[in-house]
Amino acid sequence: MSENKGFMAWIDARYPATQVWNEHLADYYAPKNFNFWYFFGSLAMLMLVNQILTGVWLAMSYKPDATLAFGSVEYIMRDVEWGWLIRYMHSTGASFFFIVIYLHMFRGLLYGSYRKPRELLWVIGVVLYVLMMATAFMGYLLPWGQMSYWGAQVIVNLFSTVPFVGEELGIFIRGDFVISDATLNRFFALHFLLPFLLCAVVFIHIVALHKVGSNNPDGIEIKKGPKGNKWSDTAPADGIPFHPYYSVKDIAGIIGFLILFSAALFFAPEMGGFFIEHPNFEPANPLKTPEHIAPVWYFTPFYAILRAVPSIAGSAFPGVVAMGAAIVVMFFLPWLDKSPVKSIRYKGPIYKIALAVFVVCFVILGYLGVQPATPGKTLLAQICSVIYFAFFLLMPWYSKIDKTKPVPERVTQ
Amino acid sequence: MSADGVDLKRRRTLTLATSAFGAVGAGFVAVPFLASWNPSERAKAAGAPVEADISKLEPGQLLRVKWRGKPVWVVSRTEKNQQELARDDAELADANSEMVQQPSYCQNPTRSIKAKYLVAVGICTHLGCSPTYMPKRTIDGLPENWKGGFFCPCHGSRFDLAGRVFAGLPAPTNLVIPKHQYLSDTTLLIGEDGGAS
Repeated sequence: MSENKGFMAWIDARYPATQVWNEHLADYYAPKNFNFWYFFGSLAMLMLVNQILTGVWLAMSYKPDATLAFGSVEYIMRDVEWGWLIRYMHSTGASFFFIVIYLHMFRGLLYGSYRKPRELLWVIGVVLYVLMMATAFMGYLLPWGQMSYWGAQVIVNLFSTVPFVGEELGIFIRGDFVISDATLNRFFALHFLLPFLLCAVVFIHIVALHKVGSNNPDGIEIKKGPKGNKWSDTAPADGIPFHPYYSVKDIAGIIGFLILFSAALFFAPEMGGFFIEHPNFEPANPLKTPEHIAPVWYFTPFYAILRAVPSIAGSAFPGVVAMGAAIVVMFFLPWLDKSPVKSIRYKGPIYKIALAVFVVCFVILGYLGVQPATPGKTLLAQICSVIYFAFFLLMPWYSKIDKTKPVPERVTQ
Repeated sequence: MSADGVDLKRRRTLTLATSAFGAVGAGFVAVPFLASWNPSERAKAAGAPVEADISKLEPGQLLRVKWRGKPVWVVSRTEKNQQELARDDAELADANSEMVQQPSYCQNPTRSIKAKYLVAVGICTHLGCSPTYMPKRTIDGLPENWKGGFFCPCHGSRFDLAGRVFAGLPAPTNLVIPKHQYLSDTTLLIGEDGGAS
């Protein structure tokens, strides 16, 4: 790139603006064979910005007080100019954020984006996912509806099942013996704090990505392939500059995504009780649990695993451990996959079937998590939970014996 | 700066000692931040005992009283209810209330001071939902031979009319019986038993 003159030269002598622009955008070479699955990273960042922007605006009218919170949300919905839109952008946005993240993670499973040298990139991503879940959980308490209250009651009590210190831990988290004003107030503060942590970890996630470079649908390391393309003699032959090629492609993705997002936002912001559950339109009542309680859809697969495990030796802790393990096991994925190839395109039938069964089980668990518990459904949840864990824990064996196809030298179109 | 005559060993020891003291200091600074999450004095003071008037409670009815922010149930058991408590011991996880979930004066077959009245904290021992009072079998989730009790809508745990949990369900223990005493035939004091336990 040519030396800048004038204003930019003055800036560059004091701050590496042009250098950062080139290293991360204009001279950052990404594989040329990205497909639509590669939209979801930038869409996730878009949703993070949406959540922070609408969240800060909501905080201008919201009151984190047990006697005022429910009313202040209704005030935002009815009396604040465009308040309904900002609130729905936030609540519907939370669900879309999770949709995008689940697809982003599934992309990783499809193309082996967690494999060496991207193990740390994947681990940082799972950290982001956990932070997102914590943020979403605390945010759901804030409207102080029935489901807010009892959902928080159940989740905080998960910590109370820890042997020996659980009771004190639960009181410590709530700041009271029950979910109360103190809990609401601190959850509001934390719900405001965590997104800034999320931003910091997103930054680290991208630094890690740009160190190792993007994977691609063929799972080929373009940095190890031949060099030289029409922009540079030293860049990978299969790479194209992120800007303008992928920045423009991502904008096309954003337009498509915003069409779907707007459709939900304007025509089904509560998504029939999936994005905002019906009991949450009733103020929290600490003396009465709603007829049927369930977390919001993005938590339900893990909730179903929790319910599937019966209490053992007078303790509900095993179910909590199983639910925690369902998330912790994701951290170990890069070391569980022993297949010689990364991408599903060259993996054998065993992995393809395993992934398909896993996805079906995850969706079934998600469905069961919103349903009332019956013996038949509990059995189905138990079967699906076993398959969920088997997908991860048996991977070292089935990925090894799988018949893989030869991987080409260069990326395919 | 010249490196001549630098005692590296001494420098490393001093660096380590300084870092260790810094870490201890950071630990002390963390104390007020963490401790501020504990219940405030006001929250602790709110745990005072409450009185309940049970004079208008008809047999088979349930009364909810708020104590320490939690629901406490007072159920007036019918004669039939009281007889049926003795029947299904094998189905229960802890039929004889051996786990200390009640004051000693309530470790009896009815888990109560008076056989007629059940006084229990209406919070499921699994994850803290408030179970629903089900005097009759009105939903499909209940077994055919349901004789009245409580059903937790969150995770499907069931309790009998003495707050005893049925075996093999998510809830690990019987419902908690709070300290309580009768001030008169129709007045109940919850949270205080005059040292009887």
